[in-house]
Amino acid sequence: MFKPHISIQKLNVFYEGHHVLKDITVDIPEKRITAIIGPSGCGKTTLLKSLNRLIDLVDGVKVSGNVLVDGINIYGNGLDVTNIRKKMGLIAQVPNLLPMSIYDNTAYGSRIHGVKDRKELNQTVERCLRVSGLWDEVKDRLKDPASKLSIGQQQRLCLARALAVEPEVLLCDEPTSALDPISARHIEGQLLTIKKDYTIVFVTHILRQAKRLADYVVFLYFGELVEHGPAEEILTNPSEPRTQAYLKGEIS
Amino acid sequence: MDKRKLEENFFKGLMIASTIIIVGSLLSVLVVVLFRGAPALSISMLAQTPKGGYYLGKEGGILNAIVGSLYLAGGATAIAFIISLPTTLYLNEYAYRSKLASFTRQSLDVLWSVPSIIYGVFGFTIMIYLSIRASLLGGIMALTLLELPIMIRAMDEVMKMVPLKLKEASYALGATKLETTLNVIARQALPGVVMAILLALGRAIGDAASVLFTAGYTDNIPRSLFDPAASLPLAVFFQLGTPFPEVQQRAYASGFILLVIVLSLSVASRLLTRRFMRYVIK
Amino acid sequence: MNNWRNWRIDILNEGDAMNIRRLKDLVASKLMFSATILSGLIAFIIAFALFQRSTLILTTQPLSGLLLSSSWHPWKGEFGFYSFIVGTLWVTVLAMVLSIPPSLLMSIYLAEYAPIKVQRIIKLMVDLLAGIPSVVCGLWGVLLVVPLIRDYLAPLEGVTTTGYSVLAGGIVLAIMVSPIIISISEEVIRTVPQQVREASMALGATRWQTVKYVVMRSAFPGITAAIMLGFGRAFGETMAVLMVVGNVPKVPSSLFDPAYPLPALIANNYGEMMSIPLYDSALMLAALILLFVVLLFSFVAGILLVGIKRRFAVG
Repeated sequence: MFKPHISIQKLNVFYEGHHVLKDITVDIPEKRITAIIGPSGCGKTTLLKSLNRLIDLVDGVKVSGNVLVDGINIYGNGLDVTNIRKKMGLIAQVPNLLPMSIYDNTAYGSRIHGVKDRKELNQTVERCLRVSGLWDEVKDRLKDPASKLSIGQQQRLCLARALAVEPEVLLCDEPTSALDPISARHIEGQLLTIKKDYTIVFVTHILRQAKRLADYVVFLYFGELVEHGPAEEILTNPSEPRTQAYLKGEIS
Repeated sequence: MDKRKLEENFFKGLMIASTIIIVGSLLSVLVVVLFRGAPALSISMLAQTPKGGYYLGKEGGILNAIVGSLYLAGGATAIAFIISLPTTLYLNEYAYRSKLASFTRQSLDVLWSVPSIIYGVFGFTIMIYLSIRASLLGGIMALTLLELPIMIRAMDEVMKMVPLKLKEASYALGATKLETTLNVIARQALPGVVMAILLALGRAIGDAASVLFTAGYTDNIPRSLFDPAASLPLAVFFQLGTPFPEVQQRAYASGFILLVIVLSLSVASRLLTRRFMRYVIK
Repeated sequence: MNNWRNWRIDILNEGDAMNIRRLKDLVASKLMFSATILSGLIAFIIAFALFQRSTLILTTQPLSGLLLSSSWHPWKGEFGFYSFIVGTLWVTVLAMVLSIPPSLLMSIYLAEYAPIKVQRIIKLMVDLLAGIPSVVCGLWGVLLVVPLIRDYLAPLEGVTTTGYSVLAGGIVLAIMVSPIIISISEEVIRTVPQQVREASMALGATRWQTVKYVVMRSAFPGITAAIMLGFGRAFGETMAVLMVVGNVPKVPSSLFDPAYPLPALIANNYGEMMSIPLYDSALMLAALILLFVVLLFSFVAGILLVGIKRRFAVG
C-alpha cells in the first residue's frame, strides 16, 4: 500500500553540539503526501532540509545516519550533491524569489543544469506555470520582475520553479503559513493535483491542513520521532500519549 | 555535470590564488621594509637628532622626526577629538534624524575620501592668509582636518549601536539629555571611541602629503608652535632622495620605525578596546 | 496621604539644582551644535578656498585650454595640464585593472567559501595592512617593484627603462587600493540574504553558479560603489606614487614610460610655487580638479551604497 521512496535510517543531526534530530528512522511513502507535524522549533525544518542536503550549508553541522532514496544513500561518499538536490524540490516557508524576471525564475533550474535551447525552455516554463496554476495570470508579463507578484502568486512561482527541474520529491516547509487563506487553499489544491506524480513531504503546524492533505503522518517532538503512520490512524487515534496531547492542543 | 564541476574548481582555484597574491603582496611590503630597514637601525638613530653632515652620511639620528611626528599627530588628535566627540554625540542624541544630521554625515562622508594632499594645500592657503610660516601649528591644522572625518565616522558607527533601552533607562530616571549623553552613551561607546582615536592617530602619524607644505622640515626638535617640525614620513622621503647609500639605508630604517609605530598602534587599539569592554552591555 | 502631597510639591517646586542642570544641558547642546555645524561645513570651505585661489589662472586662460594643452612651462606662463591628467589616468586605470579581478575574487572567497577561522585571520591581516602608511608602500615600491621592472619585466619586452614608470605606480597603487575594495565588496556580498542562496542551491546549482547568477546580481551596485571608492582613493594617492612613477611631464606612451600624476605635480612644486607668477594659482587649479574628481566618485558611490541599505533593510 505504501511503497517507501525515502528511507531514513538512524538520522542524527547536530548543530554546533546541539542534538537537533535524534535517531530518526522512518520510511516516506512514494507518490503520497506525508505531513511532518510537531511543536515549533523541534526539528521539522531540519528534517526536511536533511532530505536534500541543504543543511550541509550550515556551519558546524554534523550528520550521521543514512537517508536512502530509491535505495541509494544520499549521504554516501562520492555522490554529487547537486544531482540529489535536483531530485528533491524545495519550497520554502516564505517565497524566496531569485532576483530575476518571472520567466528567468522558472527557467533558472533548467538553465543551470545545461538546458540552453530557447524552445525547450519556453515549453518547460509554460508547462510548470500551468501546473502550478499561475500561467493564466502571468503569461503576458513573463519578463516582469518576479517581485511584482502578490505573495500567493510568488509561492506558486516557487512551486513552478521547483517543478521545472523534474524532481521526484517535493519538500515543502510550511508552504502556506505566509499566505492569505485563499492563496493557501490554492496551493493546497495544486499539491493535491500533482500528488499522483510526485512524492510530497510537507511540514506544517496547522493540524487541519494535515487532515486535509496528508496520506501519511510523522510526528516529531523536539527532535525525536514519536510516532508515524497512515494519516487516519495517527490523526484520529494515536497510540502515543505525546501525540494525543499535541493533537488535543495541549502542547503546541 | 563534469563541466560544472570543472567550472567550480577552476574558479575556486582562481579565488584562492587571488587571496594568496593579495595577502602575499601586502605581507611582502612588511617583509621588505623590515628586512632592509633593520640592519641600519641603531640606538643613535632613535636617540639623536641629525648632526652636521648627517645627510652626507655622518652621525646623528632621526629623533627630530620621531618627536616631530608625535607632536604633530598628538596635537592634531587632541584638537580633532575636542571637535569630533561633541559632534558625534550631537548627531546621535540631539539631532538623530534631522536634516542637519544627514547633511553633516554626508558632508563628512565626502570629506573622508578626500586625498590628504588637499588638506596640505588648503592648510597652506590658510597659512598664507594668516601669514604663518611652515610650522608645527600649520602641520597640526592640516592633520586635524585629516583626522576629523576618520574619527567622527568611527565614533558614529559605535554610538549608533548604543541600544535604545539604555537611553530609556536613563531618561526614565529623570536625567537630562546631557547627563544621559555623558554618563550612559559615552561609557557604552567608550571602547569604540578609544579605537577611533587610535585609528585617527595612526593615520596622522603616517601621512606625508598633508604635512609636506604645512609643517616644513627641520633638523631640530620644535620648541614652539611656530617652529617648523620634521615628521617620520618626510624623513623617509628625504633620506631616500639623497645619493648616498648610507643615508638611503637610514631611510629604510626610518621606514621600519614608522611601520612599527603604526602597526603597534593598530594592534594596541584592538587590545585596548577589549579591555574597555568591561562596562559595556551587549 | 501625606506622602502623596509631598510628591506633588516636589515636582512643582523644582529648585536650584534642576535649573543648573537645565542650564548645563542648554550650554552643552549649543556647543555641540556649533561643533557639528563646523564639521559639516569644512568640505565646502575647502572647496571654496581652492576655487578662490584658482580663479586667477582661470581669468587668463580658458579651462579647456588648460586641460587640453600638454605644454607645461611655468616660467613661460604655459600651464597645460593634459600630460598630468593623462598620466594620472594611466596609473589609476592600471591600478584598477590590476586590483579589481583579484580583489573581487578574494571577496567572494571570503564571503562564500572560506571557513570561519580562515576568514577571521585574513580579514584581520587585511585590516592591519590597510593602515600601512603611503611612504612605506612607496619605499616598498622603490625597493622591490622598480628593480623588478627594470631588471626582469622590461627586458622581457625588450625595453630599457629606469623602472620608474606607469607600471610601477600601477602596481603600488593596486596594492594600496585592494583592501578598501575587498572590505566593502565582502560586506556587500554578505548582505545578500541567505534564502536567495538556498533557493538556488535547492534547485541543484553549484556554489559557483549560485554566486555567478544570483549573488553577484544582487551585489552588483555595492561592488560598483566599492570600485568607485577605490578609484577615487587611487586617483588622489600622492606619496607612494610620487616615489616610483618617474615624474616626467610628458604624456606616457607605454607602461614602461614615466608619468607625472596630478597629486605628484602639486607635491613636487609647492616650493617654487610662490616665485613664479600664476604658478600657485595653477597648482590650486590642479588641486581643485583632483578634489572634483574624487568627490564625484565618492558621491556616486555613496548613493549606490545607500540604495543597497534601503533595498535589503527589513521592516
